[in-house]
Amino acid sequence: MRPSARRWLPLAVLLAVGLVGCAPEGGGGVQSTKMGTITSRGKLICGVDGSLPGFSFVGSDGTYSGLDVDVCKAMAAALFGDPGKVEYRNLNSSERFAALASGEVDLLSRNTTMTLSRDAAGGNALSFAPPTFYDGQGVMVPTASGITTLKALAGKPICVESGTTTELNLADRMREQNIPYTPLKFQTGDQTYAAYLQGRCVAVTSDRSQLAGKRSSFPQPDAHTLLPDVMSKEPLAPATVNADPVWADAVRWTVNTLFQAEELGITKANIAAKVAEAKANPNQADLRRFLGVEGEFGKQLGLPADFVPKIIAAVGNYGEIFDRNVGPGSRLKLDRGVNRQWKEGGLIYSPPFR
Amino acid sequence: MTPLLRRLRQDLFATPADGLVTVLLLALIGAGGFAVLHWALGQAQWAVIRANSTLFAVGRYPLDQQWRLWLLTALLAAATGLSWGMLRSHPRPDRGGSLWPRNDWMAVGMVALLSLALPSLLGLALPLQLRWWAIAALLLLLRWLAGRFGPLLPAPLKRCLPLGLPLLYLLGMVLIGGGLALEPVSPSQWGGLMLTLLESSFAILLCFPLGVLLALGRRSDLPLLRWGSVVYIEFFRGAPLITLLFLGQNMLGFLLPGGVAPERVWRAAWVLTLFAAAYLAEAVRSGLAAVPRGQLEAARSLGLSTPQAFTTVVLPQALRVALPSMVGQFISLLQDTTLLSLIGLMELLGTARTVMANPAFLGRNAEVYFTLAVLFWCCCAALGLGSRALERRLNPSTLA
Repeated sequence: MRPSARRWLPLAVLLAVGLVGCAPEGGGGVQSTKMGTITSRGKLICGVDGSLPGFSFVGSDGTYSGLDVDVCKAMAAALFGDPGKVEYRNLNSSERFAALASGEVDLLSRNTTMTLSRDAAGGNALSFAPPTFYDGQGVMVPTASGITTLKALAGKPICVESGTTTELNLADRMREQNIPYTPLKFQTGDQTYAAYLQGRCVAVTSDRSQLAGKRSSFPQPDAHTLLPDVMSKEPLAPATVNADPVWADAVRWTVNTLFQAEELGITKANIAAKVAEAKANPNQADLRRFLGVEGEFGKQLGLPADFVPKIIAAVGNYGEIFDRNVGPGSRLKLDRGVNRQWKEGGLIYSPPFR
Repeated sequence: MTPLLRRLRQDLFATPADGLVTVLLLALIGAGGFAVLHWALGQAQWAVIRANSTLFAVGRYPLDQQWRLWLLTALLAAATGLSWGMLRSHPRPDRGGSLWPRNDWMAVGMVALLSLALPSLLGLALPLQLRWWAIAALLLLLRWLAGRFGPLLPAPLKRCLPLGLPLLYLLGMVLIGGGLALEPVSPSQWGGLMLTLLESSFAILLCFPLGVLLALGRRSDLPLLRWGSVVYIEFFRGAPLITLLFLGQNMLGFLLPGGVAPERVWRAAWVLTLFAAAYLAEAVRSGLAAVPRGQLEAARSLGLSTPQAFTTVVLPQALRVALPSMVGQFISLLQDTTLLSLIGLMELLGTARTVMANPAFLGRNAEVYFTLAVLFWCCCAALGLGSRALERRLNPSTLA
């Protein structure tokens, strides 16, 4: 035993030295191994879906765009002041958590629904930023049908993909409200929408973002309407690993920056003017703190002091991102719905920057 | 004409029943063909292909570095023309030594037609169209030059020419990836047809020697070597490719410290290589089994060492036998690269998926998949044709 123990000794010493080297150094500013890795690498590696209309796709010019992609760009702008310093990784839904846990990607911005088991340390052990899109199951009907509420669907056939949670949600909600209906079930999404277009059912149900995507590919998108009712909760949020709270905080407050900027009316177009205004006027304490003219928000998060102006200059505020990618400025033409600012009755709410 | 008509009648309309079957089949083919044509010319909206042709060809390769890919294409065309001409300029037992057989004229016509028609159908800018014409012209010019003047080259030079091909492959890697004073282009920006061909050619080239070694190992008398090969082959044949790919993409990050793991494009290429090698080893083993034992014994009794006997006597015969099934492996390997889209690589299918998610082209799935099918068919048909030519050259007597 002894000789072998002696043989392993140097290795053990090496390991110990390595572990000490990896441990965060105390004192000074904020330390995060992940942020250190990203900074020394010089770019952020962001996990996206890569084939979701409005959320992430590659345009004809070879550049990524979409709502999820803009979150990656905002993060890169916060870290480096340059939204282009992102390497995108397309991930499918089965490998996304493994890729995040193994460090293949720094940030997961891929239509991921925030749930308890994904958040919990005993589950996927993720750390979620605030949801950037509150999705939920919706219902689409032909505008000409005159249907505006779920009640009006009583006794009518509804197209749904079989074996999905969509099908179960539909059954639950309709039973709760005591609305009889006839489900027409299909194996694939394509069959479902084809049957709807042929008029075999008066409504089709799926996640609202999906319905909007499908609608934009219909021959006459304007002839179809999404009902305001939402039948399920699908808060889609960016995620990082639990193990690095400093990095998770930086992501969280980058997302909050997008929300807060919209609330304050700061846009991509007026950010320079706002910064100049804040610098000129010492009385605007809130604005000065938010834009990093005074205070230590950046330092506390481990980001540059002017991370807020950098983010807004790169991607604009949340409202601009929404409009451009999935809202009226895009082909999906989703209305804001619950994704409005809290002052307008929506769920988009940033805690105060104080 | 009359003998042709008579033969047609004999083959297709010999009896009333034959005639009926012929007419029915013709009607079926006609209706199917008409439906496809009607769709392709009338209903399909090809703007999705035109607008994204660069994406389908090279993925997200940076625009200002694309001259490197043009250069590579030109080099490949030059090499093709050169070797085509050199092959034809050598008198061959199975052909009357004709420098310009009829097939070659058809191929020349195809190259000319494709280079003229495709770029304009894709709506490429005029400078890009001109580049394609220049590349096709280069190919044909070198074909003519090599056919005409190839035999005049000194013999040692002619023997060295094939060495240019591996060099060209390495040069191509440098041109694509950077290095040697070229700006590096990260593999995450490679994509489209280029990535598909790169991954499959890499795997095909490397799995061949590996597979031969494994096949020899499996027939070796040394127990360690034999069992090692058996375990390797059975492991890779027992696991589905997609699980191996997932393993390569996600497990290496856990096993190796951050940043050490190679780029995911290369990880995928190595997984493909290791996987294909196991199947290839079995194809080669069947070839080895077809060579009578006496061949090895005769070679040994002539005083050849075992390695010499294998490389000069046994393997050439075994590989000749195994060639058709090996090419089958290569073709399925090429098609297996579509699985890479599931691990997020932007090869042809991955590119297609992201293009179909572009809100500007939603619902254009049929056009995109049709184009993909044509591209894959062309690549696989080329591999198949190449292998038939090789087979005919190696043993003209066995091929029907």
